[in-house]
Amino acid sequence: MDLLRFATAGSVDDGKSTLIGRLLYDSKSIFEDQLEAVEATSVSKGHEYTDLSLLTDGLRSEREQGITIDVAYRYFATPNRKFIIADTPGHVQYTRNMVTGASTADLGLVLVDARQGLTEQSRRHAVLLSLLRVPHLVLCVNKMDLVDWSEEVYERIHQEFTQFATKLSIPDLEVIPISALNGDNVVDRGENSPWYHGPTLMHHLEHVHVASDRDLVDTRFPVQYVVRPKSDAHHDYRGYAGQVAGGVLKKGDEVVVLPSGMTSTIEGIDVFDKEVDEAFPPMSVTVRLADDVDVSRGDMIARVKNAPKPAQDIDAMICWMTNAPLRPRAKLAIKHTTRMGRALVKDIQYRLDVNTLHRDQDTKELGLNEIGRIQLRTTVPLLCDSYAKNRTTGSFILIDEATGVTVGAGMINNAS
Amino acid sequence: MSTAQNSAPDTAPATHADYQLSQLDQLEAESIHIFREVAAEFEKPALMFSGGKDSIVMMRLAEKAFYPAKIPFPVLQIDTGYDFPEVLETRDHWVQRLGVRLIVASVEDAIANGIVVDDGKTSRNRLQTGTLLNAIEENGFTAMFGGGRRDEEKARAKERVYSHRDDFGQWDPKMQRPELWSLYNGKIHSGEHMRIFPISNWTELDVWDYLGREGVELPSIYFSHQRRVFQRDGMWMSESEHNPLRPGEVVEERTVRFRTVGDITLTGCVESEADTIEKIIEEVAVARITERGATRGDDRFSEAAMEDRKKEGYF
Repeated sequence: MDLLRFATAGSVDDGKSTLIGRLLYDSKSIFEDQLEAVEATSVSKGHEYTDLSLLTDGLRSEREQGITIDVAYRYFATPNRKFIIADTPGHVQYTRNMVTGASTADLGLVLVDARQGLTEQSRRHAVLLSLLRVPHLVLCVNKMDLVDWSEEVYERIHQEFTQFATKLSIPDLEVIPISALNGDNVVDRGENSPWYHGPTLMHHLEHVHVASDRDLVDTRFPVQYVVRPKSDAHHDYRGYAGQVAGGVLKKGDEVVVLPSGMTSTIEGIDVFDKEVDEAFPPMSVTVRLADDVDVSRGDMIARVKNAPKPAQDIDAMICWMTNAPLRPRAKLAIKHTTRMGRALVKDIQYRLDVNTLHRDQDTKELGLNEIGRIQLRTTVPLLCDSYAKNRTTGSFILIDEATGVTVGAGMINNAS
Repeated sequence: MSTAQNSAPDTAPATHADYQLSQLDQLEAESIHIFREVAAEFEKPALMFSGGKDSIVMMRLAEKAFYPAKIPFPVLQIDTGYDFPEVLETRDHWVQRLGVRLIVASVEDAIANGIVVDDGKTSRNRLQTGTLLNAIEENGFTAMFGGGRRDEEKARAKERVYSHRDDFGQWDPKMQRPELWSLYNGKIHSGEHMRIFPISNWTELDVWDYLGREGVELPSIYFSHQRRVFQRDGMWMSESEHNPLRPGEVVEERTVRFRTVGDITLTGCVESEADTIEKIIEEVAVARITERGATRGDDRFSEAAMEDRKKEGYF
């Protein structure tokens, strides 16, 4: 059984909670006591139907306001796959939550109301998924029952979205007509859309091919922790523990340690008390080198002929996540793979309007939930790739050193 | 003492030509990554160990993360005085086998020293919070590993892997730090600490699948056994000196097992014939009631019971 992480964004009106409720319910992932609690609350609030959004809106303030504020993680499984849903709010003031949910997603799910077609919100969701390089996108045209399952409506929305998507980076798109309320084309096909020959949503989620989304060519191993037992049984053991971020590490490979540039050979790769021949993403392993070279946390092991160049001038897209705006000259802490350093904001090049894709070059600051392109100078060299090439070695977070809060999420365009 | 019935299979992920990891191997890799990040970035971490199945998964992951070195941090247990003896026995075996340092913080001592107040109405489970916060402060711990999972409860579904606690040990759900990719932010101020939940993304079934695969020792009360029990609030409770019978309650012998382990006065059991991990997995797979809803009195008080306790500094 493998794993698919997907992100949804939207508000109650889109039927997103109803859709998630249906996926959980039809895959038998909702428990009786959860359902009873939700039914009881629905009745006490005077709702005419069971409000499935109560299942996902977990915090007291969210239930009071009737909205989803934070990212909620949900789990369900079918015989073929386990699914992790990052369920995020849809309003523009929660962009940072959407970005957070999308950062780990293999697939993004965008909902539109068939009666309204594409809205500013659905375009924004698609833009954010594209920016975060979520490789698969599903557009669910929901509430098809309210437009009499009109093929024409579906086709119009499909075409409009395809046209819009040409401006984005969306390698794989599926457009599915559904009724989350009645369940058509969610798990079961139903009889209302004989003209639709594509997969149901669940079938697509179960079968979408995600194994090729990883980079298995460019070997990247950020060193997390040096394992030195200092015991009699393992007196000379020295291993470099970490999670493979790209490529395949093999026993006998000639490797380079960055940023020092020292070279060595992989003597062995350990997974607990067993040795393996190869390691690939996202395995957590411990690598032993043949030579006694100096390696510590924050270093990276790569192939001699395929290694990133240590870089301190970083050009990146940023999602700003705190109230106080980001301005040029700001000094922040930066975390990139296992490496911590400091960064100076040299320039804010433009602010991206996530609804229109317009680049506002006159701005000199980024506010909460705004996205823009910036230039950074870092105190330590980053061992990075472009985010388009590798989502692990191409991403970083910015931290306010006074408050300790994560204030920015960065995706590297290029670095030198 | 019980161990999984099946022998431990080859736990190293098979290296396939298609370079795919099973979902359980992916979860394991993610959790090990988190353990190593914390060990590298925090001055004084500790692992909260209850002896329950989730904390046994945690011990196993910590063992693997640093092997062949020993786990580089101590294990902290809050002794409620109402713990199941079978659980304490398992705890001791694990601590001994791994050679890790065990720190026990006792609720009894905390009451005796006036750190928490036992008014006779507050459950032991609740008194643990004050005892825990005091132990964290006394030992100067900066990161506490916990076995919480997001599938357990609605408030937990929104909690971060690195969950910040202020200098009163409180969680503020509205001030949570964004957590992106696998980049965890461990910055804290003096007096604050971080709760770390490496198995956030595991479900109850994943935990059992993993325990079955790893074949490690578990407290015997998870497996079907004969026990003297009585009905209270729709749950089967264990007969115990800490659990005096109320009028109308009748003790009878039943074949039961526990789905969670906690305070003996609050943790109910379910009737079950499942005496192996395989049978437990079958049972969990078809269960229609959450583990907490079924057998934990402490989560039933209100819809937001867990959120309120977490804000105060509960696990």
